[in-house]
Amino acid sequence: MLGVIYAILFYIATAIIVVGVAMRVRTYARTPAPLKIPTTPAPTTGWGVFWRMVREVLLFQSLYKSNKWIWLFGWMMHMSLWLILARHMRYFIFESYWWIDAVQFVGTYASFTFLFGLGGLLIRRFAVERIRYISSPSDVLMLLLLIGIGASGSLMRFVTHTDIVSVKAFMLGLSRFHVGHLPSDPVLLVHLALVITLMIIFPISKLMHAPGVFFSPSRNQIDNSRDKRHLAPWAAELEK
Amino acid sequence: MPDGAEEFRKMQHALDVPCLKPGAMEGVQPFKAKPEHQEKVGMPGELIPDWKEKALEKMAELGEKNRAFKVYLDTCVKCGACTDKCHYFLGTGDPKNMPVARQDLLRSVYRRYFTFAGKYFPWLVGARDLTEDVLEEWYSYYHQCSECRRCSVFCPYGIDTAEITMAAREILDTVGVGQKYSNEIIGKVKEVGNNLGLNPKALRATLEDLEEDLEEDTGLAVRLPLDEKGADILLITPSADFFAEPHIDGLLGYAKVFHEAGVSWTISSYASEAANFGLFIGSYENMREISLRIRKAAEDLGVKRIVFGECGHAWRVAYSFLDTLAGPFDFLDQKYPIPQHILEFTWDEIQKGTLKFDKSKNDDIRLTYHDSCNVARASRMGDMPGGQFEIPRNVIKAVCNNYFDMDPDTIKESTLCCGGGGGLLTDDLMDLRIKGSSPRMTALQDVTEEHGVTHMAAICAICKTQFSKVMPKFGYEMDSVVSVHQLVSNAIILTGSNDGESAEEETSDE
Repeated sequence: MLGVIYAILFYIATAIIVVGVAMRVRTYARTPAPLKIPTTPAPTTGWGVFWRMVREVLLFQSLYKSNKWIWLFGWMMHMSLWLILARHMRYFIFESYWWIDAVQFVGTYASFTFLFGLGGLLIRRFAVERIRYISSPSDVLMLLLLIGIGASGSLMRFVTHTDIVSVKAFMLGLSRFHVGHLPSDPVLLVHLALVITLMIIFPISKLMHAPGVFFSPSRNQIDNSRDKRHLAPWAAELEK
Repeated sequence: MPDGAEEFRKMQHALDVPCLKPGAMEGVQPFKAKPEHQEKVGMPGELIPDWKEKALEKMAELGEKNRAFKVYLDTCVKCGACTDKCHYFLGTGDPKNMPVARQDLLRSVYRRYFTFAGKYFPWLVGARDLTEDVLEEWYSYYHQCSECRRCSVFCPYGIDTAEITMAAREILDTVGVGQKYSNEIIGKVKEVGNNLGLNPKALRATLEDLEEDLEEDTGLAVRLPLDEKGADILLITPSADFFAEPHIDGLLGYAKVFHEAGVSWTISSYASEAANFGLFIGSYENMREISLRIRKAAEDLGVKRIVFGECGHAWRVAYSFLDTLAGPFDFLDQKYPIPQHILEFTWDEIQKGTLKFDKSKNDDIRLTYHDSCNVARASRMGDMPGGQFEIPRNVIKAVCNNYFDMDPDTIKESTLCCGGGGGLLTDDLMDLRIKGSSPRMTALQDVTEEHGVTHMAAICAICKTQFSKVMPKFGYEMDSVVSVHQLVSNAIILTGSNDGESAEEETSDE
């Protein structure tokens, strides 16, 4: 019964995050940028923009310029998240790959840096007057949700181990549209329920910053306005 | 020392973060446009009866026409990186002047009507209904942003509050709530050709007077040609260069450079304005109409090149948008950048060795340089990224012995706005302008203490006007702000000149 409920929820959540994000991304991609507005100094070539984007996405360059504390907490949290996600890959595929095995160790301890970063961000939301002012309930809830996921996950890894082999079998079953048995371990159920929640709200929340950053004209445009004419389709209509 | 120095607000440090003072600038707003001003920009004269529907329609339209608007409204995570980056926040402490909070004034409405979460859980995500109070709040706080882009440098997603401000102003205009200062000026450009409303006859008389002054000073026929067909270069410069101090000294500098370089050039009476306030009100159509005047002038006069004078936002529109708005410029000489900045021109000539200077002519001043926001963060000069920082400094150092940069966190891409940009250079916002300039003024006071700096150079008509107004509040003479080409003008050695008294002495008596 539990397995069926979670299976259905996982299918719904997967559909929502995949279709939802795809639709948002399609909207961003199709919306024209009528003017050249890179924040300068900006790269003058496509490769230059690629590297600017890499520095933004992997190093959080602009955030680093802005505020070292937000950068430290935010960067730790995001990089830990990548490691944790990579580590989790082995629960969804039958045969693990070498790189998944390789991140098992760091991925395990990344949960501490993940929670540390989130804790720092949460404290800042309340402790710094300016950030308290701009925070909505959803901003706090989002952090709590991630903390909940991280904490329940760590709990299963370090304190009360769940039957991970059954969990893996359940997940592999889902990928073949076969609903198997899911251990009724409460920590596991909380962990999975929070992950499902995260997947569902992804496309309708500020989590869209993840794909959104790639579409930011001030970051992804090439500074070549004197060399190549830039014209949006609707603006071209004005010239007729 | 200073003429009317009633206050010397020095902050501890230029970037000191104030405690929040909610409501500190509430209700501060510039005069609203009258129906006749609105009409000239193609907008309704007063608040229309169905303003709410029209405002939301416009918001939807912007979301479809402008990727930046859409992405910026969606992606903000409220991390707080921008909260201490706006000079108006630093100067006023009003939390709604924090970039993210300023965006949220509009984002909250966008969420309410265009997002799932805002439609069904408004309290959760800070969404709110669009009411007349909200409209008033928009009018107030979107005219406390100078669209300087400093916040966008520090945002991890590059969210540019200027884009949101422009969108908000366009929505306001669309429902009949426009700003008098910007819209009246756009009307004048369309009717007369420049922001001042200076007609061709008056312009010709002004230029002839200046030519006489130049001849007296130099003993040479240094020209300021108007509407001369067949000239090689069309100079598009802010109309403030024709009459305001210290702008006019910059104009004389351009004339001397062109003279010494031996090129033929002209000003156009039809497009006697570099400024393009269409940018400030976020109107592509108005911006385009004004830009097309420049194209027409270039075609009519048969020039080969277009060079822009010292003006910040004008250079943004010229460098980044001119080809988009009024291109393609295939009738111009493709060997030169289209358009070119006067500083690029002067620096090229300096490198070629055409220009000779007597740097000691500027020895009476100790100088720093204010990077104008639009030049710094929305354009470029030369071939390399960052040329917009190096080329002005190179030219200054070629003509001036005593140069000192301000605090590195307040120059180049992190430069602070003068406090008067983005359509705020109007007397009805003087209090905001003084407060908004205080971070820049503090950084200036620091180099005055440390290096004895007496003057600050700028390459923007708005910066120059703003500083000459606010500097006396901070213990400086109003002529402590100078044009970069004024320094060039002081130091340049013209071939065959009788080398009379310097141009600066002549004009500073006025």
